[in-house]
Amino acid sequence: MIEAYLPIFAMIVIAIVLGVLLLTLGRLLGPKRSNSEKMSTYESGIEPVGTAKARISVKYYLVAMFFIIFDIEVIFMYPWAVNLREFGVSGLVSMITFALLLLVGYFYILKKGGLEWN
Amino acid sequence: MPEINLSTAFFIGLGSLTIVASLGTILSRSPVTSALFLVLNFFALGGIYLLLEAQFIAVVQVIVYAGAIMVLFLFVIMLLNLEDEQRLTERYDVKKGFAILFAGLLLVEVLYVVGLKTPAIAPRLGTVAAEIGTAKYIGQQLLTEFLFPFEIISVLLLGAIVGAVVLAKKNFGPERATAKTTL
Amino acid sequence: MNALALLLVMELGDRFALMGVVLGVLLTAVAYTVYAERRIAAFIQNRTGPDRVGFDLIPQLKFLKGAIGLGQPLADVIKLLMKEDVVPENANKFVHALAPLISLFAALTTIAVVPYAKGVAIADVNIGILYILAITSLGVYGITLSGWASNSKYSLLGGLRSSAQMISYELSMGLAVVSVVVLTNALNMGEIVESQTSNPLNWNVCRNLLGFIIFTTAAFAETNRAPFDLPEAEQELVGGYHTEYSSMKFALFFLAEYANMIVACTVIVTLFLGGYQVPFWTDAPWFVQVGAFITKTLFMMFVFIWVRWTLPRFKYNQLMDLGWKFMLPLGLFNLLIVASTIVIFGNSLPLSILNLVLVALCVAGSFAAKPQSKMA
Repeated sequence: MIEAYLPIFAMIVIAIVLGVLLLTLGRLLGPKRSNSEKMSTYESGIEPVGTAKARISVKYYLVAMFFIIFDIEVIFMYPWAVNLREFGVSGLVSMITFALLLLVGYFYILKKGGLEWN
Repeated sequence: MPEINLSTAFFIGLGSLTIVASLGTILSRSPVTSALFLVLNFFALGGIYLLLEAQFIAVVQVIVYAGAIMVLFLFVIMLLNLEDEQRLTERYDVKKGFAILFAGLLLVEVLYVVGLKTPAIAPRLGTVAAEIGTAKYIGQQLLTEFLFPFEIISVLLLGAIVGAVVLAKKNFGPERATAKTTL
Repeated sequence: MNALALLLVMELGDRFALMGVVLGVLLTAVAYTVYAERRIAAFIQNRTGPDRVGFDLIPQLKFLKGAIGLGQPLADVIKLLMKEDVVPENANKFVHALAPLISLFAALTTIAVVPYAKGVAIADVNIGILYILAITSLGVYGITLSGWASNSKYSLLGGLRSSAQMISYELSMGLAVVSVVVLTNALNMGEIVESQTSNPLNWNVCRNLLGFIIFTTAAFAETNRAPFDLPEAEQELVGGYHTEYSSMKFALFFLAEYANMIVACTVIVTLFLGGYQVPFWTDAPWFVQVGAFITKTLFMMFVFIWVRWTLPRFKYNQLMDLGWKFMLPLGLFNLLIVASTIVIFGNSLPLSILNLVLVALCVAGSFAAKPQSKMA
């Protein structure tokens, strides 16, 4: 079984090696003439103002949170999907029950405005 | 037996990678680097699941833990704008005590399980593990024997949704206009 | 036992050879996709595009000079290699270099499970389509980290926006994949293609048109292509997450972006357009199948480029609304229809008809709706 995954493993190694190789090549071939003006952060031509690591909106955190929850829902659908033909209506009903509760959660999010981006 | 050698070699490699990544997670000073080591750890763990013929679990490990939960972690680190560990260290002595206590308990537990040398489980794993690991088998079990836990999971997820919304609620109410400059 | 082991080793050797070929083709294809994109964009905008660089150093290829500009990709690569690698001050140097590596890694390894002809794939694994989703979900890190490590406001905001967009559309993408799994009853990429047969009416694009539309739209968003290329909206965010990238690091992002696009096209072809199946020719020889696969992929790539230079960019709230308030419910709805039809009728013929009606309704609805009301 592990043999089937060997090419994938090799592919992963090759992708990493290729990336590192290209980076090293670029570093070796490119010139290095640094000065403080060049190294400063780009901010449309003016001197950088304040820190770049500003605190970000809680929206992004919420999106990631909702993503995890619905991602888990979708994950549960794969084992269900390959068995649907055998289980027929009962399988369909099980998944609808499962998804319905999450749909309630989805509408709760919508109603509370958790997905508003204005 | 070339197969056994191959899996042993892979197990040693992936196991070492997991340990190195775990050490990196707890030892690195920058929270972002810590999180990255944890991603690597999850990835290597996925590989170990694969060695145990648990294909579906392996891929779910990567999708859910490495691909979803760690993204949230990264967002939270950016949200709190953590620079380095220094700010967190001071008043965590009690928590540190608990952490050492639980880590010790876990270690005892692991040693106990290793000491058991359960012969009943090992041969069973070898023969049918390949079938058990597939998505098809997991689905069959979910829709028959574990149907109730499966349905209850949606309640759990619903709870998580409500929790997230309640925790972040005041930020998208009307008072959001007064919030300080956030990106 | 020994003979079996030997057989396995030989087969493995073939797979490794195939890997070399595929990677070579993919990297060359990336270079020429950039060229093709510039030429097609120029055509759409009534310009000429790159038409100067030829292969003058090689006498046999001198005739290529003309007005084609086929040497342009090579010149671009050399230029990028010779540029200085600028890392802005206060940037996290390690993460700054790691981010493009992760992007490239995610883009290149995805293609490992795509079948190019019957039984011809780098890796033939049971959970093929899940592997693709897993690697795709790791691609987010390249973008988030590049934004964070650059220590620049544009980069941070661009990276965040982009990663929030990617995870949002991953859900609709996953739901569309589930509907394909229900139809084909397989997670293995080869089996998914086999179940679509050589009759185009059995291809998932006909059986599950809505799923195809959802998946393709999500693929546009996942690859950060227009109309979803908000993270690099020049007018407000400069270069987005790669504002502070130059030289080879920038080239790696560029490479990853186009490799992602090509791989996304091959996945769309495999899941929805019958993969390597040749229309009305069951068991075609392998080179015909590879030809069919490449033709379909090129067609999808053309669609990607065509869309980019035709549609205007979304606003960020529109983009998130589309993902969460439209695509996600639509994906669930589509899955419900597909699953019900399979359970009730046992075959997918009613689906094809239903899907056609639905899409017709959607198109009619979008023409009827006033665009202004959505902009508010």
